[in-house]
Amino acid sequence: MSLLEVENLRVAFDTESGPVEAVRGISFGVDRERVAIVGESGSGKSVTGRSILRLVRPPGRVEADTMRFDGQDLLALSERRMRAIRGQRIAMVMQDPKFALNPVMTIGDQMTEGLRHRERMGRRKATAKAIDMLAAVQIRDGARVMRAYPHEMSGGMGQRVMIAMMLIPDPDLLIADEPTSALDVTVQAEVLAILDDLVKERGMGLIFISHDLRLVSRFCDRVLVMYLGQIVERLDARDLDAAQHPYTRGLLNCLPSIGGERGALPVLQREASWAE
Amino acid sequence: MLIEIDDLSVTFGKGRDAVQAVRGVSFAVPARESYGIVGESGSGKSTILRAICGMAPVTGGAIRIDGQVLPKRRSLAFSRRIQMVFQDPYASLHPKRSVDATLAEPLAIHRMAGRDERVVRAMQDVGLDPRFRFRFPHQLSGGQRQRVVIARALMLEPEILLLDEPTSALDASVQAEVLNLLSRLREERALTYLMVSHDLAVIDHMCDRLAVMKDGRVVEELDRAALAGGGAREPYTQALFKASEHETT
Repeated sequence: MSLLEVENLRVAFDTESGPVEAVRGISFGVDRERVAIVGESGSGKSVTGRSILRLVRPPGRVEADTMRFDGQDLLALSERRMRAIRGQRIAMVMQDPKFALNPVMTIGDQMTEGLRHRERMGRRKATAKAIDMLAAVQIRDGARVMRAYPHEMSGGMGQRVMIAMMLIPDPDLLIADEPTSALDVTVQAEVLAILDDLVKERGMGLIFISHDLRLVSRFCDRVLVMYLGQIVERLDARDLDAAQHPYTRGLLNCLPSIGGERGALPVLQREASWAE
Repeated sequence: MLIEIDDLSVTFGKGRDAVQAVRGVSFAVPARESYGIVGESGSGKSTILRAICGMAPVTGGAIRIDGQVLPKRRSLAFSRRIQMVFQDPYASLHPKRSVDATLAEPLAIHRMAGRDERVVRAMQDVGLDPRFRFRFPHQLSGGQRQRVVIARALMLEPEILLLDEPTSALDASVQAEVLNLLSRLREERALTYLMVSHDLAVIDHMCDRLAVMKDGRVVEELDRAALAGGGAREPYTQALFKASEHETT
């Protein structure tokens, strides 16, 4: 049995001009492995991540034949039981720490909030645990960072804090939604290395949502390519160059590369048939 | 040399809170070259472009265009020679102006005639369908908006385009189209480009020579062949190159 099983997931948003189908019947499974969901804007990748955590509120409608985590039917759970899963067993790291961290709370307060409320841990013990977690993401002066506010940190630090915060409860599955897109390229490399170690060490499953096909092929085990709400291709990361679907090929080919050809970049010619 | 940046320094704020965004940067760009500045956030690369436009507090050095030092205030004539393409098409277009109004504005400021033909031609040149002429930015996609931004920059027929991360906010497939458009325009109109980006692959694709910046200084200057051939000498350039490895052929 997989850690996460999703069958025929459909997500639609009811708008004034009719329903917008963000996700149109996708099925996939995630075990203790690294799976990438790749697509451009409008592909439905972020909505998929949020649907798993039941973070899509009305006017969004989430339906699926199956959405099971560790044997539990996520769609049938009450909000109270879902809250016990969110954060504890399935955690989410988002793109920009400036927006995802609470700007009016210190890092320390945010990091220990879950421990103090959920596990009723004492402040001193919770703080020690948080500082340990910060060390695990290579933030050495943890005590100082605990007293700081999110706006006082660089993007890379903020992202590492977010990862630390999400991993405190030791979740089984981590959903990372463009975790490095807002970061500089050298910082990106550092943060990915940290994420890589932690995922391996803890035997977690990872869903890595990104628009960067080449990046995920180096970092993940399997890649799911989404286009207009559907999965158009599934491959092992190492087989990326042998991708078959014209959208995947088009996406790979249209990227400029260092030392590449100077002429016009091949442009993606979208076929209507891909949307079926 | 068409553009000369000579020991340029830009400092924001005063005293204890002063931030030296650019520290003694020098480089030169001959006419018709495409010169790239690559660096991470906070390196000072965008600040250099703003300094050229008179939008940043220069505290040292000089900027010369065609041998002439730029005066304190930029003149109308300056705008006819140099134009800027900004990064975020969502932020650099006035939301309450149609494409037509946005493109006509520079013509009105410079009292240039032939509004109708010029707007139509500009849209054609950047591959924008004529039926978008009276649409508003929110009715256009990211790629279409960026085309409007480029068209606007070309309305006055400048010689030099300053490009500040022109495709960072766009999806990969749209980026390819916009980069191709920029390459074509440069060739057709004999333009000189000064392009800033954090993306080494984009800079490599679009530029002949580039400067690598870190913390307000130029760490190394190299040409494209040196970059691709692993000829970077400075450790920072090598680190940047290595981190962008997934972007090499």
